[in-house]
Amino acid sequence: MSTLDLTALDLRDGVAAGRLSAVDVVSERLDRIASLNPRLNAFNLVDPERALGRAKDIDRRRIAGEDVGPLAGVPIAIKDNINVRGMRTTASSKILERFVAPYDATVITRLERAGAIVVGKTNCDEFAMGSSNENSAFGPVRNPWAVDRIPGGSSGGSAAAVAARCVPLALGSDTGGSIRQPASFCGVIGLKPTYGRVSRYGLLAFASSLDQIGPFARSVADAALVLSALAGADPCDATAADVDVPDFAGALTGDIAGLRIGVPRAFVSAGVDEDVRRTFEAALVTLRDQGATLVDVDLPHAQYAIPVYYLVCTAEASSNLARYDGVKYGYRAPLSPRDDLRDLYTRSRRDGFGSEVKRRIMLGTYVLSAGYYDAFYIKASQVRTLLRRDYDDAFTRADVIAMPTSPTPPFRLGEKTGDPLQMYLADVFTVSANLVGLPGISVPCGFSADGLPIGFQLLGRMFEESTVLRAADAFGRATNWVQSPTL
Amino acid sequence: MHYDRTMSTALTLAEVERIAALAQLALSDDEKELFRKQLADILAYAEQVQAVDTSGVPATAHVHAAQYRERDDAPRPSLSVEDALANAPDADRDAGLFRVPRVIGG
Repeated sequence: MSTLDLTALDLRDGVAAGRLSAVDVVSERLDRIASLNPRLNAFNLVDPERALGRAKDIDRRRIAGEDVGPLAGVPIAIKDNINVRGMRTTASSKILERFVAPYDATVITRLERAGAIVVGKTNCDEFAMGSSNENSAFGPVRNPWAVDRIPGGSSGGSAAAVAARCVPLALGSDTGGSIRQPASFCGVIGLKPTYGRVSRYGLLAFASSLDQIGPFARSVADAALVLSALAGADPCDATAADVDVPDFAGALTGDIAGLRIGVPRAFVSAGVDEDVRRTFEAALVTLRDQGATLVDVDLPHAQYAIPVYYLVCTAEASSNLARYDGVKYGYRAPLSPRDDLRDLYTRSRRDGFGSEVKRRIMLGTYVLSAGYYDAFYIKASQVRTLLRRDYDDAFTRADVIAMPTSPTPPFRLGEKTGDPLQMYLADVFTVSANLVGLPGISVPCGFSADGLPIGFQLLGRMFEESTVLRAADAFGRATNWVQSPTL
Repeated sequence: MHYDRTMSTALTLAEVERIAALAQLALSDDEKELFRKQLADILAYAEQVQAVDTSGVPATAHVHAAQYRERDDAPRPSLSVEDALANAPDADRDAGLFRVPRVIGG
């Protein structure tokens, strides 16, 4: 019997009750990855031996009567910028092509303690910098719905792997939309938790004030299940907040009567593709029909979110990526005896980094440099405060805020690669949540006229994932937009 | 969503070279020219933040989501020297050292 259509919850229940063996569940997914990955390029690395070994262990422990955990036997794929001890972590960069992680990220420790089975590492934009997955040193990921289309980025491999049912779950990281946008483009659920909800220990830092790890899934309940396993304070990450972790699964009551959903009409009116507009409006009607109240909210500084984001994230990236210098790990350029340490740094970085990463390091170095720091970095950080105040104000009138995830359906490979600025503009609806730290989820809400998936997002107040998940789950129960592409 | 370029932030090759030196990046001549144009484009677009009145507004460098707890300042196990050197492109593993070329010109 195939288990490809089962949710993570169903798989867990089956494994825990002995109706399914973890080895069978994992084997079927490994077979599917082997058959589809040549077309999709969603995985940088698959480790069948490790996965099957751990699945055997789960089955053995279940037979022995032990508690096998809330994710027992559930296969999960991990974005290749998160450390899994003993596996390579490449961040889809040549500079880390042979880097073997010496320790587990906290999220991996927690997932494995919960019984999940890591099957491999997923392709992404290099160091999570990109919106199309075309910046990978190992080639682009293909969208399972149309292989001439991009899957979104930067967590494109994780989104494609879940959409193609290679895995029921995956982890991504979201710095400016890198979970939500590929989720929208691949027709799956993608959750960015509140900044500080999940430990970043073991996540390769891109922009430390924005980065957050979160799950991809095919149901909101599965995303809630993963968040419960990941969430909570961590002595290894001072920014992992010491706040109560509620029962996220218990919040999924299906009842959104009276919930106030804010719609920033002025912000979402311009430059949105017709298919996106149509599906978004239909989603609002669905939510209203379930008893939610739609209210207008105003986010006057949201129009500055893109410039603020690209000034802040590149500044932080230029600092974070200084560590890749050819000394302690990673690629080292060949040198002659006459070359010195500076040649080692500059040439290792020249050969090891791809074009987009260099562009962002250059931009970030510029905005932090003497004479430009106040005009760009400080100014952007002040507008970030104003954006935060916009959301604080909006959340006095609304419990969640709804908007499209991306202004367009997934675009064609190569369509935007020649013009970095046009690529950045595609992040218009996602970057605010990172700048302000808010939780956000992208939920499938339809298809374009030519059959490409479209999602919309719901944002919530800080640490109110429960409200966001409840609204998304209610929407998911009323609709049937999580579908499976023909592959 | 399309941005029409009306502003132009001039960026010289010398500035690109200065930034590359600060970033410890060697760039090819083609890359210098490409980045000169692209960075000028992006900066011209980003200049729109200058139009926002931010007088008296504090900068947000970081969203402090909650009270962060400091851990006890107590020694605890960390990476072994062997593990720390395992990914080094060049190391003296017996001595426990990373190896780099000469630092001072000769």
